[in-house]
Amino acid sequence: MKELLLLAVGSAIVNNVVLSQFLGICPFLGVSKKTETAAGMGGAVIFVITISSFITALIYKFILTPLDIQYLKTIVYILVIAALVQFVEMFLKKSMPALYQSLGVYLPLITTNCAVLGVCLTNVTKEFGILESVINGFATAVGFFIAIVIMAGLREKIEYNDIPKTFQGTAIVLITACLMSIAFMGFSGMI
Amino acid sequence: MNKNVERLYNGIIKENPTFVLMLGMCPTLAVTSSAINGLGMGLSTTVVLILSNLLISAFRKVIPNGVRMPAYIVIVASLVTVVQFIMEAYTPSLSASLGVYIPLIVVNCIILGRAESYASKNPIVPSIFDGIGMGLGFTVGLTSIGLVREFLGAGQLFGFQVLSLDWFTPITIFVMAPGAFLVLAFLVAGMNIIRKKMEAKGKPLPAPSGCLTGDCASCGQSAMCTGKKPESAKTE
Repeated sequence: MKELLLLAVGSAIVNNVVLSQFLGICPFLGVSKKTETAAGMGGAVIFVITISSFITALIYKFILTPLDIQYLKTIVYILVIAALVQFVEMFLKKSMPALYQSLGVYLPLITTNCAVLGVCLTNVTKEFGILESVINGFATAVGFFIAIVIMAGLREKIEYNDIPKTFQGTAIVLITACLMSIAFMGFSGMI
Repeated sequence: MNKNVERLYNGIIKENPTFVLMLGMCPTLAVTSSAINGLGMGLSTTVVLILSNLLISAFRKVIPNGVRMPAYIVIVASLVTVVQFIMEAYTPSLSASLGVYIPLIVVNCIILGRAESYASKNPIVPSIFDGIGMGLGFTVGLTSIGLVREFLGAGQLFGFQVLSLDWFTPITIFVMAPGAFLVLAFLVAGMNIIRKKMEAKGKPLPAPSGCLTGDCASCGQSAMCTGKKPESAKTE
């Protein structure tokens, strides 16, 4: 239990997926203009990464390993994730319209988000079991949620600041990300 | 032949994926802590890009339009797997330091972007040259960012100690995660100045596309998603 908790804190905060591993930079910079949209994106990412960590861990254990074709994991994973996102979208649309309203628009954007594939491949590299994979996936996605929501909050304030013309737009966002990354480095002493 | 040279010039300078189009930001930030890593990542992406452009251009009349994205992804993922194994066998230390970012070449927006916007519409030879140009442009971008970060952060160039540690205190933050964001921020700001100058001269640069702008239309993967922009979906 203690190991799992440490794993979760480590993936969510200490090795933050965006700020120290640079996965999922695109939505982090692209969809972080408003806190509301950022939270929607973060929620969708939590949903997709948790489910796809679970499914890919099952596939790895019960299909790829018995057949001894682990080397096909990149190909299998990307196809499984793409198909999974489509299914999740259809399923939510039919059976949970309320959730679909808040997360649905972001789901297709996540298909080729490198964070999803990155987490699933890391689960294999670190030789995680199924439970550990799901926890690692969930925690990593929570880390993404934290980072993108904080970034959106900061960007809403930055709007009102007097920024040198050259740095307006993406440049100031990247500088903000740099400062956030320094702050998150402070967590590295925790574990 | 002229067209092929034009493709090379287009990829390396005019539409340089790192400096001008600002594509593939995840690897750009992640692996540029040293020039060698940047070079290795750039070259492996180049190999995948050339081969994927070649195959996709060769099969462009065979692949049905409706399933082209899954087909491209299978082609790219297979190539990436091959490249990954070759690197594990012949350059194990580079492969270890690039880690998960090698398989993640599959989702690099440059590759699917070029497949969608160039290789699927053009004959084989220009597509190969387009791959070489774009790949080398990406390599140049990653290597030069790597050089800057390595020089400031460790006083080294390609692993050789250039600035003596007797008087130079390395600014270690540059080889760590925050340094990546900082260097990229100044790069974007610098490009803003160059953009403005070129516009004043009447020769505007192509606009940055993909990730950094948050614009779905210019994203290489836009054909895969149903094309609903989050911002516009909110206002509907």
